[in-house]
Amino acid sequence: METETDIALEARALTCLRGRRLVFEGVDLALGAGGALVLTGPNGAGKSSLLRVLAGLIEPLAGEIRWRGTPVAGDREAYRARLAFLGHLDAVKPAATVRESLRFWADLSGGAAARVADALAALALEPLAEVRGAELSAGQKRRVALARLLVADRPLWLLDEPVTGLDAASVARLEAMIADHRAAGGLVIASTHGGLAIPDAVGLDIGRFQAEEAA
Amino acid sequence: MHRFANPGRFMRVARRVRPWTLGAALLLLPVGLYQALIASPPDYQQHDTVRILYIHVPAAILAQGAYVLMALGSAAFLIWKHPLGDLSARAVAPIGAVFCLICLVTGAVWGKPTWGTYWVWDARLTSMLILLFLFIGYMALANAFDDPARGDKPAAILAIVGIVNIPVIKFSVYFFNTLHQQSTLFSAGGPAMPPEMLTPLALLGGSFAAFFLWLFAVRLAGEFAKVRLRAIRGGLIRRERPAESRPSASARGTR
Amino acid sequence: MTAFLALLKRDVLLALRQSTDLGMILGFFVIAAALFPFGVGPNPEVLARLAPGITWVLALLAVMLSLDRLFQGDYEDGTLEQLALSPMPLSMLVLAKALAHWLTACVPLIAVAPLIALMLNLPAAGYGVLIAGLALGTPSLSLIGAVGAALALGARKAGLLVAVLVLPLYIPVLVFGVTAVDAHLTQIATGPHFLYLGAILAAAIPLAPWAAAAAIRHSVS
Repeated sequence: METETDIALEARALTCLRGRRLVFEGVDLALGAGGALVLTGPNGAGKSSLLRVLAGLIEPLAGEIRWRGTPVAGDREAYRARLAFLGHLDAVKPAATVRESLRFWADLSGGAAARVADALAALALEPLAEVRGAELSAGQKRRVALARLLVADRPLWLLDEPVTGLDAASVARLEAMIADHRAAGGLVIASTHGGLAIPDAVGLDIGRFQAEEAA
Repeated sequence: MHRFANPGRFMRVARRVRPWTLGAALLLLPVGLYQALIASPPDYQQHDTVRILYIHVPAAILAQGAYVLMALGSAAFLIWKHPLGDLSARAVAPIGAVFCLICLVTGAVWGKPTWGTYWVWDARLTSMLILLFLFIGYMALANAFDDPARGDKPAAILAIVGIVNIPVIKFSVYFFNTLHQQSTLFSAGGPAMPPEMLTPLALLGGSFAAFFLWLFAVRLAGEFAKVRLRAIRGGLIRRERPAESRPSASARGTR
Repeated sequence: MTAFLALLKRDVLLALRQSTDLGMILGFFVIAAALFPFGVGPNPEVLARLAPGITWVLALLAVMLSLDRLFQGDYEDGTLEQLALSPMPLSMLVLAKALAHWLTACVPLIAVAPLIALMLNLPAAGYGVLIAGLALGTPSLSLIGAVGAALALGARKAGLLVAVLVLPLYIPVLVFGVTAVDAHLTQIATGPHFLYLGAILAAAIPLAPWAAAAAIRHSVS
């Protein structure tokens, strides 16, 4: 049973309900160390919902998530210490500088403050380090949000449309970030409408799991 | 999975209860009114105004009972995620608010001839007023979200927070009142009541309680129908699923 | 504990950077108090009688007005969902935010309260008890307010909703805070009043963050 132990993250029969609407049901996925999964599907198919379920923000209606074979429902706090989530919102405070923001996230996630400098370098944010959030453009804020992934230092990255608002150079930096993360044994699950190249990533079309449309 | 479990059995009970409760309410009302308005003696001091008591006291008790019911339903919803808890709480809140209002208005009408003023900051009146505020807060929160289902949990949490606070609020109001003692003290009810007053009070109280239950059953059916309607619109209960085969079948039938 | 302190530090820092907001709250406190002599007449005895109550009610309203700062901004910019994903229990983070709120909103109000009392001609003997009562009562206001603010996240007219939810729950704090001053001025022991204020705070410290955390989890789901 070697393959069993290789699997780091596993989800079985996930079903998600939003409001009174069944978004998807019966989603199974499994990802080993260094693995990457790209979620595709039309608008409203549930890419964001699946990522939020995997992050533990949304309680699934049914199904189970396991981390290295252990159901995460048993110890949510331990599971949260394993993941970093990038949502649609960048969580950048207008009144805090980029460096202050990253240092805060480092402190909050228990990451080393030393990583802040590396994260600034990896996303070419050094010139902006002392600029306050209010003065950043949308793409720059997105880069700060991506830098948060680096300071948090978590094995599992859940990225919801990470390329939104990024220029070509920043997309290349993100791709390099993801490659480094995977080389170090990290896992990446990203949703995208295209524009993000992740070599030998597994594709998952979430549209397949949609609840049958009402005729 | 019991979020969409079929609460059909409960709804059937509620439907069966309706004619009985309405019947009891209508039957007890004239008897109680006769006892209260004609058969019972006027108070030696308050004369006929004392008869307001027969409406006032049942309304006060039922309003407080409604809050307890609301909190219990909310707790059931939060702990067991049972949708019936949330629906019951939503159904009972406006009823409780109206009984609260009846209690306050009858209290004011009674206060004018006996105390010479419509309103005093007596501890009982004040805590009843705050209870009304809590009902209003619950209803405001439950309906403050664009997606109605989004308000379920916050409203349930508020109902619990409220019931934890009610004793503290009541105590603080009494505390406040002992410093600013009123010359007239509200002293309705209590064991010192003569039987010729207790009889109409019990009869009218029974009538009110039956009416309350009838309203509750009707409103619960309404809340249930609202959720069903939303679920049908969302395409949720059209799927075949063992636990919900009945509602989906009937939903298809009505289309 | 690092996470708790980091959040506390950040919230205080951000509040100080946006001190105009704080200035407006204090401005409301003073201006609203200045309205009362116009409303009830400038008679010093009448004002002195009303002074503890007015100061407390206005402090209550000022705290309530400052509650939108507690979670609303973090909710809108996504910080709140990141906090919900922290391995630290969310109730602890709520406690840190409530403490930051108390430090940046309530402490300045307590500092300005003597000015209000002066404007309203509070007898000199009442100052100490008024300030002590505010110091013991306002942390409860921050905590109970946190529950209201968390419940209203994502609602239409959230600010108004918070007022409707929170003000009835503030009544006990108001009662004990005001009666403490009155009792002291009429030479009655103030001990029980402070014990009740302390009891409310002791109950609010564990319960309010827990309820607020449940509401936040729901709001970011």
